[in-house]
Amino acid sequence: MRKPVFDEASPLLEVRDLRIEGQSDDSWHEIVKGVSFDLKRGEVLGLIGESGAGKSTIGLASIGYVRPGCRITSGQVRYKGIDLVSAKDRDKRALWGAELAYVAQSAAAAFNPAHRLIEQCQEPAVIHGERGEKKLRDRVIGLFQKLSLPQPEALGERYPHQLSGGQLQRVMTAMAMSCHPGLLIFDEPTTALDVTTQIEVLATIQQIVREFGVAAIYITHDLAVVSQVADRIIVLRYGEVVEEAPTTKMLSAPEAAYTKSLWAVRKLDKQEDLAAKPILHLRDVDAGYGNSIKILDKINLAVPRGRTVAVVGESGSGKSTLARTIMGLQPAFAGTIEFDGMELPLAFKQRSGLLHRRIQMIYQSPDTALNPRRRVRDILSRPLQRHLGLSGEARRQRVAELMSMVELNTRLLDRFPSELSGGEKQRVCIARALAVEPELIICDEVTSALDQIVAEGVLKLLLRLQQQIGITYIFITHDLATVRAISDWIVVMHRGEIVEQGPKSQIMTPPRHAYTELLFSSMPEMDPTWLPRVLRERQSAGIAQNVSAEMSM
Amino acid sequence: MNLILKIVFQRLGLGVLTLIAVSAVIFSAIQMLPGDFASAILGQSATPETVKAFQHQIGLDKPAVQRYWEWIGGVAHGDFGYSFSSAGSLGGGHDRAVSDIIVPRLKNTLILASLAAVVAVPCALLLGILAALYRNSFFDRFVNSFSLAWISFPEFFIAYILMLYLSVKFQFLPSLASVSNDSGIGDYLVKCALPAMTLVLVTLAHMMRMTRTALVNLMSTPYVEMARLKGASRFRLICLHALPNAWAPIANVIALNLAYLVVGVVIVENVFVYPGIGQLMVSAVASRDIPVVQACALIFAATYILLNLTADIIGIVTNPKLLHRR
Repeated sequence: MRKPVFDEASPLLEVRDLRIEGQSDDSWHEIVKGVSFDLKRGEVLGLIGESGAGKSTIGLASIGYVRPGCRITSGQVRYKGIDLVSAKDRDKRALWGAELAYVAQSAAAAFNPAHRLIEQCQEPAVIHGERGEKKLRDRVIGLFQKLSLPQPEALGERYPHQLSGGQLQRVMTAMAMSCHPGLLIFDEPTTALDVTTQIEVLATIQQIVREFGVAAIYITHDLAVVSQVADRIIVLRYGEVVEEAPTTKMLSAPEAAYTKSLWAVRKLDKQEDLAAKPILHLRDVDAGYGNSIKILDKINLAVPRGRTVAVVGESGSGKSTLARTIMGLQPAFAGTIEFDGMELPLAFKQRSGLLHRRIQMIYQSPDTALNPRRRVRDILSRPLQRHLGLSGEARRQRVAELMSMVELNTRLLDRFPSELSGGEKQRVCIARALAVEPELIICDEVTSALDQIVAEGVLKLLLRLQQQIGITYIFITHDLATVRAISDWIVVMHRGEIVEQGPKSQIMTPPRHAYTELLFSSMPEMDPTWLPRVLRERQSAGIAQNVSAEMSM
Repeated sequence: MNLILKIVFQRLGLGVLTLIAVSAVIFSAIQMLPGDFASAILGQSATPETVKAFQHQIGLDKPAVQRYWEWIGGVAHGDFGYSFSSAGSLGGGHDRAVSDIIVPRLKNTLILASLAAVVAVPCALLLGILAALYRNSFFDRFVNSFSLAWISFPEFFIAYILMLYLSVKFQFLPSLASVSNDSGIGDYLVKCALPAMTLVLVTLAHMMRMTRTALVNLMSTPYVEMARLKGASRFRLICLHALPNAWAPIANVIALNLAYLVVGVVIVENVFVYPGIGQLMVSAVASRDIPVVQACALIFAATYILLNLTADIIGIVTNPKLLHRR
C-alpha cells in the first residue's frame, strides 16, 4: 500500500462532508447528509442521537465500512491521511482489525458460535500475519487479565454461549485491542446490558482508552453513558450534525433546541401520592414455570388505586414473571391475588371476561404485540365489540375517541402497524388497552424500545390518562429516569424476591438495602465524574464489582 | 464424548421404534394390495383346493396378526422368510430365502450409490462453496442455472440423454449396466458409469444449492461482519466463519440425497437394466412376492432412518451450543 505523508500533528481521523445513501424499496435515500468531524489521537468522541439518526452508519463509515444496502455517495474519510472512501478493499482489510477496530452492540451475536473465544481473540493478529501460537495466546490472556475478567487462563477455552452478556462485551473489547489499534469504534456496547453490568463494561472501556491512549468513537443514545467516556460529543439527528461541543460544555450549556429537549426528558418527576385504598393485593405468591421451576418467591405487594407501582430489577429478576402471574397467564403455584376486594382465580382461563377486561397489559415491543395484517381500526374495534358489545356508529365514535385520547390523528386508522412509527405503534397498544375501560394496566418495559423523546411523550400520556380517568399502573422498568417520572411506590426485585419496597421518596434516597443501593448507584448520571466516583466508593466500601452475581463462572 | 454416545444410543433406540412402526405400516399396506398371490401364480385353471393347499404351504391361511408377529420375529433374528415365487414344489422351484435374493441386489445398489456419492458429495460441497465465494459472479450464475436445469428434468430423461450421446452416438460407454456377481472392479466401473452419472447429476444440484444458500444466509450474520472488520478475506469468511455453522443444514440435505441414492433409484435401475434392489422390488410387487416386497421396504426405511440419524449427529457434533453446555 502506498503510504501518504502523515503529519503527526494533524488529526488522526478526518471526516469531510460525508454523504451516505441507504436503499429501501428499490430507491436510494440519503441517510447521512454531509457530516464532518475530526478526531485527534487518544481522543474519545461521543456520537449520540435517536434511532435512525445515522450514528452506526457514520461510525462504520469512519473505518471505511458500509453495510450491504448502503453506499457512500460523496465525502472523505481520512485515517492517517489515507482516504478510506476511495481505498481498495484489500487496503482496507489491511487496516481493519490492525489499525481500526470495531466493538459491536450485541456481543452474543458478534462472536462466532462455532469457535472458542481465544481463537477469535487471536484472529485479528493471525489475519495480519503474526505467528507464534504461544505469543498470541499470552497477549490475549494478558488483555483478559488487564480487563479483570475472571479466570483469564481458562476463559479463552470457552465458547461464546457459555459467558454472560457483560463478560462477552469485555472479551470483545479485549479482542478489539489485540493488535493495539489506533482507532476503536464502540457501537452501543452497553445498550443490551443491565445497569449493574453496564458499569463494569464502561469501566473497562474507560480503562482501555486511558491506558492505551487509543482514539475512539463511542456511539450511543444514552447521554449519561456517553458523558462518562467521551471528551467531545456530537449530537446527530436525521443524518445531520445538530451540535458539537466538549462534554462538559454540552452537559452544562447545550445550545440547540433539539439537544435541550433531549436533556429535558430526564427531568420528568411525578409528585408522589399514596393516599388510596389498594386495588390489587398479592399475598405470599409463588410462581414459575412448569410444576417445579420456581421463579417468584413469596411476593407480597399492595397496589394503591389510581397510583403507579414501579417494579425495578435486572433481567432475570422475575419482573416479567410477576406481570404474567398477575395476569394469570402464568398461574401462581401458591398464595392469593385479591383484586378490588375479591379473590382472583389464579389462572387466566378461570377468570371471567369481566375480569379480563378490568386488567390489561401493554408490552415492551409494539411490533410483536400488534397483528401486522390488521389495520389500526380493526385492532381497536375488536375489543370494543368483544368486551363491550359496541357496534356501528357507537363503535366508530369510541374508536375516534380512543385515538384522540392517545393523541393520534384519525387518519392513521386505515394504516397497518408497519406503516406507523415506533411511538405511534406503542400509542395504538395503549389505546387498545384503554378501549375496554380497564382499572389496572400492567406496563412491561413499554418505553425501553423507544427513543428518549418519544418515550417522554408516552410517559406524559400515561400520566395524563391516570389523572383524568384514575387508572392504576404497574410499571415494569429498568430505567431510573422512568421510575422517577411515573411512580408513587417502588418495588425492587432481585432473583425472584422483593428485596425492598416503599414510597418513591424513601427508595430514591439513601440509606437503602444493599442491592437497591447497587442497582440505583449503577444507573449512570449525567456527570462526567460519576463513573470514577462510583467505582472509588465501591472499592472503599469493599463491594466487589461482581455483586450482581449472574457472572458465576 | 459421553454425551455424543448417549445421544447416539438415544437416537438409535428411537430409530428402532420408528422401524417397528414402519414395519406395521408396510405389513398392513401389503395386506390391502388387491389380488392374491396363490391364484396369481397358479393361474386361472387352478381348483380352489389347489389354491388352498398352496396357501397353507406358504402360510397365507394364518391370521394376519399372527403372520405379522412371525415375520417381525424372524426379522429380529435376521430371517426375512422365504420368497413366494420359489415356494415349494407347487410353484415349481425350491425354497429360496429372501435374504439370498436381496443380498446380491442390495450389494449392487450400494455399489452404485457409493459410486455416485463419492463423486456427487465432494463436487456439490466444492461447487457450493465456490458459488458462495464468488457470489453473483458469472461462475455463480452459470452453476446455478445449470444445476437448476438438471433438477428440473425428470431423471429418466437425463438417463436417456446421456445414453443417446455417450453410448449411442459416441459409443464411449455401454448403455446397459448388466453386471453380474463375478464382474471385476473394472467391469463394474465401466458398466455403472452411465447410471452413476445420471444419479450424480440428479443429486448434485440439490446438495450444491443448499450448501450455497446455507453459506450465503450466514454471510449476513453479525459475526461474519465482525470477522470482516477484523480484516478477514472472503475466503476466510466463508470457510472459517460461515461453513462451521452451516454443517447441520448441509448434512441434512446430503443425508436426504444419499437416502435417495438407495431408495429412489428404481427408475434409473430400470432404464439401465441394472440388477439392483429397486428393480427387484418392482418385479416383486408385480409378482406379489410379499416377503421380498416387505424386506425391501424395511431396508429402505432403515436406510432413511440411519442416514437422518447420522445427519442429526453431525448437526450436534458441529454445534458447540449443544456439545458444551453452559
